Amino acid sequence: MRRLIAAATAALAATALPALADPDPADWDAVLDEARGQTVYWNAWGGSDVVNGFIDWVGAEAEERFGVTVEHVKLSDTAEAVTRVLSEKTAGKDEGGAIDLVWINGENFAAMKESDLLFGPYAEALPNWQYLDPQENAALTADFTVPTEGMESPWGMAQLVFYHDSARLPEPPRSMPALLDWLEENPGRFTFPQPPDFLGATFLKQALIELTPDMDALSRPVSEADYDRVTAPLWDYMDRLAPNLWRQGRAYPQNATRLIQLMADNEIDVGFEFNPNAAANAIANNQLPGTVRSHVHEGGTLGNASFVAIPFNANAMAGAMVVANLLLSPEAQARMSDPDVWGLGTVLALDKLPEEARAEFEAVERGPATLSPEELGPTLPEPHPSWMERLEEDWTARYGVAP
Amino acid sequence: MPAPGAGLLRRAPLLTLLVMLGPVAAGLAGTLLPAFGIMPATGEAMPGLDQFRALAEWPGLARSAALSLGTGLGATALALAITVLICAGWHGTRAFRVLERGLSPLLSVPHAAAAFGLAFLIAPSGWIARALAPLAGWERPPDVLILQDPLGLSLIAGLVVKEVPFLLLMTLAALPLLRPGQSLATAQALGYGRVSGWLTVVLPRLYPQIRLPVYAVLAFSLSVVDVAMILGPNTPPPLAVQVLRWMSDPDIALRSRAAAAAVLQLGLALAALGLWRLGEIGVAWLGRRWIEAGSRGHGEGVLRAAGLTLGALSGAAVVLGLCALAVWSVAGFWGFPDMLPQALSGRTWMRHGMALSDPLADTAVIALAATAVALALTLACLEAEHRFGLHPSARALWLLYLPLIVPQIAFLPGLQTLAILGGLDGNRPAVIAAHVVFVLPYVFLSLADPWRAWDTRHGAVARALGAGPSGVFWRVRLPMLLRPVLTAAAVGCAVSVGQFLPTLLVGGGRVQTLTTEAVALASGGDRRVIGATALAQTAAAFLPFAVALAVPALAWRNRRGLRHG
Repeated sequence: MRRLIAAATAALAATALPALADPDPADWDAVLDEARGQTVYWNAWGGSDVVNGFIDWVGAEAEERFGVTVEHVKLSDTAEAVTRVLSEKTAGKDEGGAIDLVWINGENFAAMKESDLLFGPYAEALPNWQYLDPQENAALTADFTVPTEGMESPWGMAQLVFYHDSARLPEPPRSMPALLDWLEENPGRFTFPQPPDFLGATFLKQALIELTPDMDALSRPVSEADYDRVTAPLWDYMDRLAPNLWRQGRAYPQNATRLIQLMADNEIDVGFEFNPNAAANAIANNQLPGTVRSHVHEGGTLGNASFVAIPFNANAMAGAMVVANLLLSPEAQARMSDPDVWGLGTVLALDKLPEEARAEFEAVERGPATLSPEELGPTLPEPHPSWMERLEEDWTARYGVAP
Repeated sequence: MPAPGAGLLRRAPLLTLLVMLGPVAAGLAGTLLPAFGIMPATGEAMPGLDQFRALAEWPGLARSAALSLGTGLGATALALAITVLICAGWHGTRAFRVLERGLSPLLSVPHAAAAFGLAFLIAPSGWIARALAPLAGWERPPDVLILQDPLGLSLIAGLVVKEVPFLLLMTLAALPLLRPGQSLATAQALGYGRVSGWLTVVLPRLYPQIRLPVYAVLAFSLSVVDVAMILGPNTPPPLAVQVLRWMSDPDIALRSRAAAAAVLQLGLALAALGLWRLGEIGVAWLGRRWIEAGSRGHGEGVLRAAGLTLGALSGAAVVLGLCALAVWSVAGFWGFPDMLPQALSGRTWMRHGMALSDPLADTAVIALAATAVALALTLACLEAEHRFGLHPSARALWLLYLPLIVPQIAFLPGLQTLAILGGLDGNRPAVIAAHVVFVLPYVFLSLADPWRAWDTRHGAVARALGAGPSGVFWRVRLPMLLRPVLTAAAVGCAVSVGQFLPTLLVGGGRVQTLTTEAVALASGGDRRVIGATALAQTAAAFLPFAVALAVPALAWRNRRGLRHG
């Protein structure tokens, strides 16, 4: 039965292909012509002021320069978009879909790519791809180690950064073992968002990387590794950590912003975010006191790229590609990495930029709550996405359903 | 000669059921298929019970299901008890009238907003703890598990404060027909106290009238998602929250398990209703023994005080919570243990004012259209009932409640697939149609009793003066019943404004309303943004109630007899 359906799908796809006439990014002038007048429904998480402000700016630029209207569909969870495209495919809606562009990475990308829900390859044919250096920055073409193969285009670099209130905790712990020692002395003063929340899962992976005896295993699918041996130190660590967590580990905050709130409420002393500029943004937003500072763990912290992808049945593919290309322009990237706007790391290779564009990046000033690139230290690569799934599952079985 | 359109009117009840139940049935089918292993999108078609087996192996299942049942039954029982105590102890007094006036504002507060407000009141770093901090000498909030407690007590509290106003409203609608004053006077003449008399002679006749709303409260409490995410435990969460987690997991294979869990959720709702029915029988049996024993009741004062205290507490929790949200929406930095923010700032409103006001027009169009359709169908049904004697059976009433009793999470995803299949999604009419499903039951329930209570002799007089049946309807009955019609419309608009999942799933993100925008903005979890969006939502839901109060006063400014009618 399964085979029959697969065969039928393949046959359908074969006959459908010539008729679709998707825009070809290699012929960029034709893409620009087709895009003019299109409306791009960009589905992106809407829970952050700074991000919403930047997306508004991108929309205004796209309208003015290319005649492309951008509608920001604010999601409360990126999975809503995945579900949407999946439902459309279920219903046989192979064109005119509701989503033109989606902000995505990691598990969501892996799932959409595996289920053939994406249009492409297109990313590496975009004109502004010339400013990127995938040789130097592997995260641009490997999303959580899954090869992007041009099915999504990067637009920002994020890195795990911890924060503490220097007025309450002058010297924060700078490694997982140090964190545990400190927490045993100060029970209840640390917690992490409950996996499978993205940031909570990131904490598990960071701990695994710091503690495991076999780093190399993490870059391959979990099924190929000796899982018990690789993760044993992590679970030993978690067994000691959990009873000392906030609320003795009997409840967890839901997400990153709840963590910031707990910090402001003086319920915890150390928090973390997946953006080097998060503490500065939160201070500017009145969410945290001005005495909060950032720190990282010795040996580096996890980092990855944010991407945009185009669903296989998007209505305005040309317009979506124009927006993806605009996101890679030096102007947009400089604006995005400005700490007063958002402060996300750029995906561009500065040595590939024209002189004046590079000067714009170098002129950026950081506030006292943001670490300089040297202080940030090395970026650790994400493990294969299968690790995240397995860790989430195991963590939930051990701690997520405990009495 | 039958009036033109009489045939149409005669079919109105059938049409109404179709409009309402069609989507529910279709959506359920769309959920059942993947639950039993048929999922066209992933090319998976292996009919069987594998998904249920996988579900059974999930280690949190028993606790999660027990939590859903416990909090649902607990919240419903408590809300009903408080409602009954308030009515028994205070109906007809001045305190009661004050309470009555506060009802519609309380009803307009969205569930999630009330939950956020309550959370900030009772959290260890919340307002109550901040007030105690100087006395107790706390520099840091105590590390105690009040919110998200494993038994779901704070979740129950959050549900009770929102369900008491709803049950009170339903009780108030039903009470006048029972003429409780007269029965109570009789009981009191026989030596019963106020509360025991009320419980003896009014409650047994009242309960059948509010049984269906109570069932709706039970089903809702059992399958609520937003309140449970804010106040409920999460290790593991109640089942409905877990369904949503699986449904929004990047691993697409988990969607089938989510569907299986949604089927279980439906089963849980039915089981809870069954348990409740057993409870009803048990209470009725005990009650009859108590009445037959002729006990005149003890502790009247305690019961009356308890009713008033609990009622006032639950009202105060919502109002204070809303105040807290209002302060947060203009707060600068606000840390523990400050009672008020260090500085005030209008920035949150300036930033989000635009985002919240853009979808206002769409929100209004959808709410008005959905309410108009629902109102037209309801009036057609009621008029058909009046003219052709088509009295709805008890079973038909059950059908009316079906969209409120079937958990949304169990049929909306299926409905979405269906809408896409039919090419009907992503536009305003589709969203309006989806809203009608939820608006219609509320409009019907709010309007049916006052409509039927109208004295038909007015009609007879009008007929004698030469008016046809349509003339009676348009020129006598409708104007006389303007106030309940507007109240029903206000309830309908408020329900439509509050819809999140139906708007999101059927609108495909292309139809944005105040609520979808508010939920997305608030997903960041910043209390300032939550405060601003919650106030905006409350205002949008309250506006129709205010209009419903103002219009009759204006329209009948020179017809005093109708003003209180």
